[in-house]
Amino acid sequence: MLEVRDVRKSFDGFMAVGGVSLRVERGQIAAIIGPNGAGKTTFFNLVTGHLRPDSGAVVLEGRDVTGLAPHDICRLGMGRSFQRTNIFPKLTVFENVQAAYLSHRGRGRDLWSRVARLYREETLALLESLGLLVQADEVSGFLSHGAQKQLELGIALASEPALLLLDEPTAGMSAAETRETIHLVERIARERGLTLLFTEHDMEVVFSIAQRITVLHQGRVIAEGPPAAVRADAEVRRVYLGERR
Amino acid sequence: MARLARVPWGLLVLIAAFFVPAAGSRFYTFLANDIAIWALFATSLNLLVGVTGLVSFGHAAYFGIGAYTTGLLMKKLAVPFVLAFPAAGLLAGAIALVFGFFCVRLTRIYFAMLTLAFAQIVWAICFKWNEVTGGEQGMPEIPYPSFDWISGLPLVGGWRTAEYFYFLTLVLVALCLWLLRRIVGSPFGRMLTTIRENAERAEFIGVNVRRYELAAFVLAGAFAGLAGGLFGIFNRGVFPDFAYWTKSSEVLIMTLLGGMGTFYGPAIGALVLILLNQQIVAYTEYWPFVLGTILVVLLFVFPGGLAGAAQAAARRVWRPRRA
Repeated sequence: MLEVRDVRKSFDGFMAVGGVSLRVERGQIAAIIGPNGAGKTTFFNLVTGHLRPDSGAVVLEGRDVTGLAPHDICRLGMGRSFQRTNIFPKLTVFENVQAAYLSHRGRGRDLWSRVARLYREETLALLESLGLLVQADEVSGFLSHGAQKQLELGIALASEPALLLLDEPTAGMSAAETRETIHLVERIARERGLTLLFTEHDMEVVFSIAQRITVLHQGRVIAEGPPAAVRADAEVRRVYLGERR
Repeated sequence: MARLARVPWGLLVLIAAFFVPAAGSRFYTFLANDIAIWALFATSLNLLVGVTGLVSFGHAAYFGIGAYTTGLLMKKLAVPFVLAFPAAGLLAGAIALVFGFFCVRLTRIYFAMLTLAFAQIVWAICFKWNEVTGGEQGMPEIPYPSFDWISGLPLVGGWRTAEYFYFLTLVLVALCLWLLRRIVGSPFGRMLTTIRENAERAEFIGVNVRRYELAAFVLAGAFAGLAGGLFGIFNRGVFPDFAYWTKSSEVLIMTLLGGMGTFYGPAIGALVLILLNQQIVAYTEYWPFVLGTILVVLLFVFPGGLAGAAQAAARRVWRPRRA
């Protein structure tokens, strides 16, 4: 599904990501963990086309997408959500998700149809599965933080990705909201047969749903494997788990 | 509120506007003609400013290009209006494509400065290219379109040429505004709104932000060109200051004054600014001073412009009834 080969990126001499490789198989739920500043978000930005790697390659379903623009990569089936909430704040909840459908289905060049009528059913159905249906007509900028994160997930899903990258989907959430969101993500991933790659700081979350975990530290992979193996890894315990507990 | 919104206000205003020559003096027809053209110019700018979130300081360039195109074709080459008018939109749009190609590569203030720079180039060409544009003196005596065929018809006969041109302006402006409204309310328009709201997120739902911005720039330029084409004839001459930066700022002020958050806001801004100008100039020569004061008050008291304030007021009046 996704193969990343030895990508590197430095900013003004600071090595943010120093040669990271990663494979995610179709249908897998994979996670990237690592302490703050480990390079998780930079790595995400390299994969999604937001940043161009200095070297290395990103291959999506056998196709080299290294250095393509985000909108092209999005069209090839990769969706993403952001660590800080990233929605269209003055549009309603409905319009946020509908916009993603419009763009994904290539209707953006249509200068004539009346937008309000398009993809109503799909949008409402998706909002319902996210539990946002009652808020469909609210201006999204006024939603609670948790609801905005869910909306953001909705926007990503409306692009009908095969591979979904979530950058800290539960950042800033309470323990209860976190649990709820994770169940939601897991359910939707299973329903839609999505491949999932996410970063997360909450260890409990990661070890409960991820099938494969990659540990980053100072821009390098220090461990990789199924949760049990990663948990047992001495290096991981020292640099990461040790720090937290 | 919902019932109030369903009234076809635009159509009512259009019908009322047709009665201005019958009800008022020649002077009012002149004012109404001026307002109609500027309303189109301001609404075209709002496709960039209000819808896409791109502030252009050089929108007069396309207005000027349109005015010179129609003017030159009609005066020097005796091309009929039916061809000279769309040509204004086409050429303005084509040049907007070239300038816009560079402008959309920049963001915010840099975008604004580059639009201004291109507009100044257009102005300088109009000002210096004596053989074609008439240079500093401009190009007076642009002919009116021929209305011979219409004055012979029953019911609509008997008006002066200036009044026929006013009716023609109304029809064409209404048509352009209707097209712009469809564009704003289309899926394309929604994509532009997502760019205004959050360009980074728009990229990640698959929107090619630069290309959409460029498309908006070209459309806005083309409609400004059409407004310019009408303005040259209305003004009985085309002059370099049509493309000067003061025109760009004037149309930007109209857009802000009327409210860039609503479709008809900029047109209302054009109406109010032109009427105010007319009234205040009669009393004082310090019109710019009064204008500046109005703007300062406006920006602080009604950040959504006049149309935004009216909408908020209507909502306040109507909400208790619904509850």
